[in-house]
Amino acid sequence: MPSLKELIKKQDLLSGGHRACAGCGATIIVRQVLLAAQYPVVVGASTGCLEVVTTIFPYTAWKVPFIHSAFENVAATIAGVETGYRALKEKGKIKEEIRFIAFGGDGGTYDIGLQALSGAIERGHRMLYICYNNQAYMNTGIQRSSATPYCAHTTTSPAGKVIPGKPQFRKDLTEIVIAHDIPYAAQASLAYWNDLTKKVQKALEVDGPSFINVLSVCPLGWGVPSDMTVEIARLAVETCFWPLYEYENGKYIINRKPREKKPIEEFLKKQNRFRHIFRHPDRDKIIARIQKEIDRRWERLLKRAG
Amino acid sequence: MKEGWRKLPLGAIIPEAGSAEKFHTGDWRSERPIYHPDKCIQCLICFIYCPDSAIKVEDGKVVGIDYDFCKGCGICAKECPPKAGAITMEREMK
Amino acid sequence: MIVARTGNEAMAEAMRQVNPDVVAAYPITPATEIVQIFSSFVHDGLVDTKFVAVESEHSAMSACIGAAAAGARVMTGTASQGLALMHEMLFIAAALRLPIVLCVVNRSLSAPINIHCDHSDTLASRDSGWIQIYTENSQEAYDSVIQAVKISERALLPVMVTIDGFIISHGMERIDILDDREVREYLGEPPKRPNLLDIDKPITMGPLDLQDYFFEHKRSEIEGMNTSLPHIEAVAREYKERFGRYYPVIDTYRIDDAEVAVMAMGSAAGTAKVVVDRMREKGKKVGLIRMRVVRPFPKNYLKELIQGFAAVGIMDRSDTLSTLGGHLYVETRAVLYRASHQPPIKNYIYGLGGRDISLEEIEEIFEEVLEIGKSGKVTEPVVYKGVRE
Ligand code: SF4
Ligand code: SF4
Repeated sequence: MPSLKELIKKQDLLSGGHRACAGCGATIIVRQVLLAAQYPVVVGASTGCLEVVTTIFPYTAWKVPFIHSAFENVAATIAGVETGYRALKEKGKIKEEIRFIAFGGDGGTYDIGLQALSGAIERGHRMLYICYNNQAYMNTGIQRSSATPYCAHTTTSPAGKVIPGKPQFRKDLTEIVIAHDIPYAAQASLAYWNDLTKKVQKALEVDGPSFINVLSVCPLGWGVPSDMTVEIARLAVETCFWPLYEYENGKYIINRKPREKKPIEEFLKKQNRFRHIFRHPDRDKIIARIQKEIDRRWERLLKRAG
Repeated sequence: MKEGWRKLPLGAIIPEAGSAEKFHTGDWRSERPIYHPDKCIQCLICFIYCPDSAIKVEDGKVVGIDYDFCKGCGICAKECPPKAGAITMEREMK
Repeated sequence: MIVARTGNEAMAEAMRQVNPDVVAAYPITPATEIVQIFSSFVHDGLVDTKFVAVESEHSAMSACIGAAAAGARVMTGTASQGLALMHEMLFIAAALRLPIVLCVVNRSLSAPINIHCDHSDTLASRDSGWIQIYTENSQEAYDSVIQAVKISERALLPVMVTIDGFIISHGMERIDILDDREVREYLGEPPKRPNLLDIDKPITMGPLDLQDYFFEHKRSEIEGMNTSLPHIEAVAREYKERFGRYYPVIDTYRIDDAEVAVMAMGSAAGTAKVVVDRMREKGKKVGLIRMRVVRPFPKNYLKELIQGFAAVGIMDRSDTLSTLGGHLYVETRAVLYRASHQPPIKNYIYGLGGRDISLEEIEEIFEEVLEIGKSGKVTEPVVYKGVRE
């Protein structure tokens, strides 16, 4: 595991001067990922907040080679870069060892980019795909995605008079990725920098595809003050809303088992996207339903990890 | 004056890595973090959580805040260990 | 060397000889064979190419973009719905100024679904910023694919080369192919471009432009297209000097003393040449104009050429669904605007969804155009040839 003493000596590969909102989780994740990378990397990003805020012409915050082409295809685009690399390396035209990292938001990964991601994993490209998962389409102004949690208010799953936020539970993308028999997949959180950086280093050693689903926090979309980004991300882990785990060579490892699982209410009540639940006549029922689903998924994970 | 189209690199490439450093986001701040070196225990936590690469580092040590880029999110102050309390937030004077 | 090849085989053969660094492709009728044959080249070790068997055409073009951005020489192939699925990425490939060569087998666009030839697929992407070369037969397709690699690397624009679905793609012809060595020597190493693998000089590709730069970047891309014709012509000349075969931007047949002409594109032009010969035997002064390069649109050549006729019939294997007629017709009209001599022109839309057009039907078109040449009158400017009323 890289220590902060080591990481701080490395050059920041995402510069300041990008236009992300104050307290944006995505840029914290990118910084941690790039600091951890033990090889030179080429980065791709899908259309989304991250790409927009970091590459407003004529300014780029990237100090590594970077490509963005469209929304649904960062996995295919970076797969192309990686294939070009393999071809040129074999011909002796490239000498360096380079690794390839794709960043996609949850919209670009869970929804519109799922097919390209699945294809790239199945074909076995040596790439690390990182989903910076802030659980909604934030770039277009907070619309629901299949990563949006149950009951969360978004502009397309509003807390209405009849339907209180998103009617469905979120999709378990990490499990879908694991179903590809991928060599390495993990869930991580920006609050646990040591866990995330360790996972990035592991993933970059994998000779094949790897995937890390990192819960990001969007202060604007989640309705939390900008200084709460890390704290909320931590609570997500402590409540088992977002378990930290790895899937490596066919085995599940849970990286953090909270000694005492905090009730989900503690996570929900701090965010405006869930505020309406607490004013709802069925408040207790709704919270119980959410808790039950979290417990069910956590138990299932515990079982898988044996 | 911005360049005309004949001067721009083909394919809308940005050839200068990290050129965003020329764009200062410091004036977005409504609150300003103040670094107190005497209290700092060099745990480096602020460095790893800052979203804006705005913690100034020298020789592997935190030395202050880069106000050119700091947006005043307050994460550094919040995550700085309470026993140290080496970063505090103040209202930004404009 | 003379060999017998279908259009698909000829294109795949050209790809083998180009030996690109990366091919990312997805099967689709009637272009599937190109992908199939090429994968067998890969699996039999006949090329060094890394083949990416993607899960969709959208990903095919995305992967081509990634690989080209990495500095690799990149090719792919598709048709119809596949090209439509790539549509979004076509614009991006061109705007990023990436040299990519795409072999397209022309097939109609759904609905109704149909696997046979018309030109609606590539013409629907005519505004995407790609150079478009429409070929008449397998020989030309073969030569044009090799030329396209050079053109794309000089113009820094992607190039699509098309053949007519089934008619050419599955029709066997005798073609003359070059030695592998000749092709490789001719193409040489691709010129160096800014690329993603130059890790000591990290560049950002595909940034966000606001109102302050988008227009300039588009203008620059437009200039790339505006100045691409000389590259295409230079490559055609060099190719002729080296290998003897020459393809002009606009191909013509027996037009020197022709009173009227018919314009066509793709395989129908070959059929029309037979008709020209027949009519010439009867003493009728007719000729043929075949549009080969459609993007960039060779407006000056066409304007110059077309003014010499008493009338021109324009055959389109597509319709713009705009009330204006077929694509070539609409663009030719635009070219003729304010020309000193404006011959009457008439649009014949034919062959949609692979409907055969016979020698007799083409002869009827010529006869009608001769009439128009005499009378100077066009009663019905757009007609549909060979459709049941
Ligand atoms: S307030 Fe936010 S942006 Fe400023 S230094 Fe602290 S963490 Fe970085
Ligand atoms: S978090 Fe606080 S104590 Fe730790 S390095 Fe930063 S300022 Fe110093």
